[in-house]
Amino acid sequence: MAEATATQGEVRPLVPHLTLGETRDQDYLNGSVCKKCGTKYVGPRLFCGVCSSDGPFETVRLANTGTVHVWTIIHQATPYVQAPYIAAVVDLDGGGSVNTNIVGIEPKPENMKFGMRVKMFTEKVSEDREGNSYIAYRFTPIEGEN
Amino acid sequence: MREVAIVGISMIKFGRYADRDFAQLSAQAVLEALKDAGMEMKQIEALYSGNLYQTSGSGQRILQQVGQTGIPVVNVANACATGSTAFREAYFAVASGAYDVVMAVGSEQMGKQGLLGSRGDPATSLEGRVGSYMMPAVFGMAGMEHARKYGTKQEHFALASVKNHWHSTMNPLAQYQKESPLDEVLNSRMIAYPNTLLMCCPTGDGAAAAILTSMDKARQFTTQPIKVAASVLTSDPFTDRDLTLPDINTLTRNAAKLAYEQAGIGPEDLDQVELHDCFATAELLHYENLGLCGDGEAAAHVASGAPWLGNKIPTKYEEDVAPYRDKSYQPKTKAVVNASGGLLSKGHPLGATGVANIAEIVFHLRGQAGQRQVEGSKVGLAHVIGLCSACTIHILQK
Repeated sequence: MAEATATQGEVRPLVPHLTLGETRDQDYLNGSVCKKCGTKYVGPRLFCGVCSSDGPFETVRLANTGTVHVWTIIHQATPYVQAPYIAAVVDLDGGGSVNTNIVGIEPKPENMKFGMRVKMFTEKVSEDREGNSYIAYRFTPIEGEN
Repeated sequence: MREVAIVGISMIKFGRYADRDFAQLSAQAVLEALKDAGMEMKQIEALYSGNLYQTSGSGQRILQQVGQTGIPVVNVANACATGSTAFREAYFAVASGAYDVVMAVGSEQMGKQGLLGSRGDPATSLEGRVGSYMMPAVFGMAGMEHARKYGTKQEHFALASVKNHWHSTMNPLAQYQKESPLDEVLNSRMIAYPNTLLMCCPTGDGAAAAILTSMDKARQFTTQPIKVAASVLTSDPFTDRDLTLPDINTLTRNAAKLAYEQAGIGPEDLDQVELHDCFATAELLHYENLGLCGDGEAAAHVASGAPWLGNKIPTKYEEDVAPYRDKSYQPKTKAVVNASGGLLSKGHPLGATGVANIAEIVFHLRGQAGQRQVEGSKVGLAHVIGLCSACTIHILQK
């Protein structure tokens, strides 16, 4: 069924702070900088929760590398997600923090460390009934930097 | 603003009530609180009803059970701080002079709904695909942030569960009354590291009610009025990561500072605390947030015995705790924490929790807490936090 409908559907980002390129290696995270107070947000914003203004906002491209601030290993997951997996908050180089999954390493506490260097990639994670595909970002450890 | 007292209090046993609805659970709590105050429903001038899943009309539906007297009803929803926010509205209604006698009810019927935040459309849900937003993940990471800063171990967090589960064996109103030694806590099923199943609060059903009057009227109804010495509500100020990782610390610290100022006391004056231990990790963070110990001392504090009933580690758990004890640490506060068993054991029917925490403190201040009585308790603090994000603190005095 997936094969029959996949070609007709759209390819969409799962979250608004992911901008899709022509190919997956062109995808990037977007952010907004409030021109009034300089606060950098992940994703689009219409209003600024720091200086209580309507910006304006400059859309910026966020880094695709960063460091793990904190992590947890989820063993009891929602039904459509395979557990265990690593959920983390990653601080992006140059500003902005994102929630993400860390993949490419076995989800065990001894494999994780605070400040671990990680790099983003994107992939299709789901498809809806109309055949639209959803792309999400994930992070993986940077070889040689940890 | 005038002084406000609690003159009637109740909490029904938390648990699972498949054959009752939330309004019936609440009705039982209301009748018990009225009986406690020696009052009738017609004496209540306004009702403040906290319920998270029945946000519209919960108070009216409770009155349909126990007396449609036509009084004003305010329905409150404020995440896990729902019940305590309803209590605070009731407090202000009396403090301001608008009413003399009011009631706050907190209630919830959750059933066995599983992990909070785990639902969503499987096609477009972020959960598990772009990190995790479930409460176990949030509080797992909040604990890991403490570990990152101070090297806190999983075992230290787990000691909060050992303590609270032990306390709950003395609380007939707790949802669970089962002890769990450290190895049992650590070896129970992992939910979200570092929290195992026995380090997570259960879902459940429950209700609690409080009747408040002005202090000058309180002695008409009780010989033991309990003074509301502080009532504080905060929301979370902006922090760099708070859109990814809810900051449960700053708003609690802000609330604690205001509450101690209002009551004119410090954490060293507290005999007991009911704090929001939705997960074992949270309990340790809040020791520091509430000033029960210094920053980075939470692990030493739980292992010192100070927050345990009797202010010491019970003999049967001495061996469990010994390896995690910091012999150089001297606790500066004596507040017993979560004598009720905490959310971890007493249960956490969301909207009921805020009023139930206050009820627990009242039981102790009146000397009605039975086996788990904190001896000579004169001042207690009830803390609740809900994401994202509301924090209430009430300080109650004999």
